[in-house]
Amino acid sequence: MAETLLEVKNLRTEFKRDKSWVTAVNNVSFTINRGEVLGLVGESGCGKSVTSLSVMRLLDPRNSRISEGQVQINGKDLLRQNKKAMCKIRGHEIAMIFQEPMNSLNPCMRIERQLTEAVLLHSKVSKEEASRRAYDVLKAVGIPEPKMTLKSYPHQLSGGMCQRVMIAMAMSCEPELLIADEPTTALDVTIQAQILELMESIREQKNTGILMITHDLGVVAEMCHRVVVMYAGRIVEEKPVKELFECPQHPYTQGLIESVPKLGSNMTSLPSIPGSVPDLAVMPKGCKFAPRCRYAMDICREQEPELEATDHTGTRRCRCHLLHTGRQEVNQHE
Amino acid sequence: METNQFAAAEELPKAKSRVKEFIKKFMKRRTAVVAFVFIVFMIVMALAAPYIVPYDASQADYSNILSGPGKAHIWGTDEYGRDIFSRLMVGSRTSLFSALTATIIGTIGGVLLGLVAGFFGGLLDSLIMRFCDVMFAFPDILLAIAVVAIIGPGMINVMIAVAVFTVPSFARITRSATLAVKQELYIEVARSLGCRNGRLLFVHVLPGTIPSMIVNFTMRIGTAILAASSLSFLGFGANVTEPDWGAMLSQGRNYLNTAPHIVLFPGILILLTVLAFNLLGDGLRDTLDPKMN
Amino acid sequence: MGRYCAKRLLSTIPLLLVISFLIFMFIHLIPGDPARLVAGKEATKADVEVVREQLGLDRPLLTQYGEYMKGLVTGDLGLSIRNGKTVADTILPRLGPTILLTVSSAMWAIMIGIAIGVLAAVFHGKAPDYLGMVIAIVGISVPGFWLGLQLIQLFSVSLGWLPTAGLDNWQSYVLPSLTMGSGVMAIMARFTRSSMLETMRADYVRTARAKGLIESLVVMRHGFKNSLIEIVTVAGLQIGGLLSGSVMVETVFSIPGLGRLLVDSINMRDYKVVQALLLFFALEYILINLIVDLLYGVINPKVRYD
Repeated sequence: MAETLLEVKNLRTEFKRDKSWVTAVNNVSFTINRGEVLGLVGESGCGKSVTSLSVMRLLDPRNSRISEGQVQINGKDLLRQNKKAMCKIRGHEIAMIFQEPMNSLNPCMRIERQLTEAVLLHSKVSKEEASRRAYDVLKAVGIPEPKMTLKSYPHQLSGGMCQRVMIAMAMSCEPELLIADEPTTALDVTIQAQILELMESIREQKNTGILMITHDLGVVAEMCHRVVVMYAGRIVEEKPVKELFECPQHPYTQGLIESVPKLGSNMTSLPSIPGSVPDLAVMPKGCKFAPRCRYAMDICREQEPELEATDHTGTRRCRCHLLHTGRQEVNQHE
Repeated sequence: METNQFAAAEELPKAKSRVKEFIKKFMKRRTAVVAFVFIVFMIVMALAAPYIVPYDASQADYSNILSGPGKAHIWGTDEYGRDIFSRLMVGSRTSLFSALTATIIGTIGGVLLGLVAGFFGGLLDSLIMRFCDVMFAFPDILLAIAVVAIIGPGMINVMIAVAVFTVPSFARITRSATLAVKQELYIEVARSLGCRNGRLLFVHVLPGTIPSMIVNFTMRIGTAILAASSLSFLGFGANVTEPDWGAMLSQGRNYLNTAPHIVLFPGILILLTVLAFNLLGDGLRDTLDPKMN
Repeated sequence: MGRYCAKRLLSTIPLLLVISFLIFMFIHLIPGDPARLVAGKEATKADVEVVREQLGLDRPLLTQYGEYMKGLVTGDLGLSIRNGKTVADTILPRLGPTILLTVSSAMWAIMIGIAIGVLAAVFHGKAPDYLGMVIAIVGISVPGFWLGLQLIQLFSVSLGWLPTAGLDNWQSYVLPSLTMGSGVMAIMARFTRSSMLETMRADYVRTARAKGLIESLVVMRHGFKNSLIEIVTVAGLQIGGLLSGSVMVETVFSIPGLGRLLVDSINMRDYKVVQALLLFFALEYILINLIVDLLYGVINPKVRYD
């Protein structure tokens, strides 16, 4: 059943800072299958958004470059496509929705126009047909009065409605992969639930693959089948979702999960991971998480661990020297 | 793990002096630095001019009138045989300093009005803003001409006119900056510690408005130089015998065919000076802009 | 939008009243005795009284104001001291040249300024950006009267291509409108560039690209169109101020327009004409600002649909 949709191999993205290049995404590889939701988790600045923008090639070429890697979808390597080809792929094979839906829609254009623009870009239909499709897709995402919404401007809609419109716009050309960059972060909790539900139903109906980028573990628990954890531009752990929460192997993942307060626990203080994410330009030698890690050993400060598979399926990986020590504390958590 | 729960895991970097940071960033913008150097040079020139220029600015030499640029007179002579270079350098005293003075006066007036309007709000704010609206109802140059029409010609009056049209723009900018700063938390803190309004205004609010003012001030000096020389050109400014850039240009107009250099050099000097102030203003704005970093 | 328009219109009325009052007070603000100043140094006391009566300064202030306001409404602005004609007759024939000059300057300056600004923004950091911004910053730094003189010297005197002065044919508009428009062109270029740079950074531009729209359409449909609201506003304001820029240009090019009339009238102490002209320029500026503000309310959907 697992049919590979997107395959990212050894992706490396760099940014220009003061005349030198700084690596924001370092040797990142992962796979997304059709109909599967892959979660991409990490703190702000860990490189998850940059990864998704690299896949879509939406970064500003003036101050960034993708120096290595392959991004395979439908037999094409996205990193080798020319501008025209990428324009055909964007919106049609891969679509993307963003964090602030109110700002992501053009404030001076009616919703109808923004939707039909997407449709007309990728299919040879008439304007009337495009409008009809816009109406249909708005209805499909659960907008109560599609006709009125079509004639509206973004500032007349609520945040939740805007995000529905964004999803409608993204789905209007039937993409095979949907990249969602923190789609619910800017929304109220109740609306969050609705949007996630909507995305889940779309996934079921259209067998769309979803790359769900978030820092919210609640979203991960609810939506994702598998999870990739990133830190300082690198993947530090990859697991199916249930296992990630039940037995996280990487100390960073453990820290993340521990910092989410759970109802009914007897905690008296909120644990947090001490320190902060390192500056991309001034990374420590060895493991990048070592300065904040409670299990750090000497080898951690000297040599960066490799991302290793922890089983034979290739869906479970971890980047930690502790894997080789057999220390039991690592594989358990309260 | 019984360490102090509030301690940071690593040492915080030492806070560098803000001024040093600013200077470092500024030095990276080469055009702004060049502009700054030029301005310093002009100011030094203005101060030292009468003592170091090759010729006496008012000394006529009838054997040498209207001669073009050459070895003896690097920028030529005017219709009375006076050395243009010397006249321009001495004239920079009038042109530069009158523009500077006018801008400073206008700035002080505008800033005070803006601070009061933004800080106290209410009726005072409305009154001051209506007053500014009235001033804004006239384009710059027109307001200056109107002022000069009322109080008469002369360099001091030109300065007053320029100061007058500088006031409303500063009032407006200072007012918005004041409104923004007023909402910052540190003002609440100071007030809760017992700071009174006056102190609050000058010690806490004013410094917060400075970045937006510096840029505007620099650009306004350029505007002031242009306005002052325009008014002089129209005949409302300095006495024609005084070496003033605008007046020299106006006189030179009669000799456009025969001795175009009389018009050329004063104009180029005005252009370069105003350009320098504008480049400096741009450079300051880019350096102070948090988005550009 | 109705509320926005009503508010703007209402706030203009007190402004107009205040401005007309201030201009009325203009004569009375002059230090010294205006009647004497007009009559001249050699005038006898009797002559001064004649002038005082002519200027209407012998009547009580309130009456003067009443006559002034009545005059504004009926179009009777008094007599010009200089030539004895009515002020209206003095001003009207010179209205045409000034307006023509202003319009021709505005048209080229705004179009070229916007074009330079867009190119500079699209090619941010590369050659067109630097070139455009050099032109722009020189444009706002150059003294207009000097530019005019240099253009005359180059194109009329040396090359003989264009006439030196006057407004006889279309060629005579070229140099003056180039001079008059240079500042506006520069300001439009700088503003358009910064507005476009801001707009192109917006999230919705990223969305447009993510949809698969080609870059040139992203720039035009989403970037430029959205900036257009602000750009039009600024352009309008520039046009408003341009009219009074005619003072300089008309002086340099010896054009018989309103600007030169203002300067001459001030020098001749023809106060009634000066008052009328100041009123005209201020009124036109306020009116254009009002139109621009109203237009803004119409084009900006956030204001229109509130």
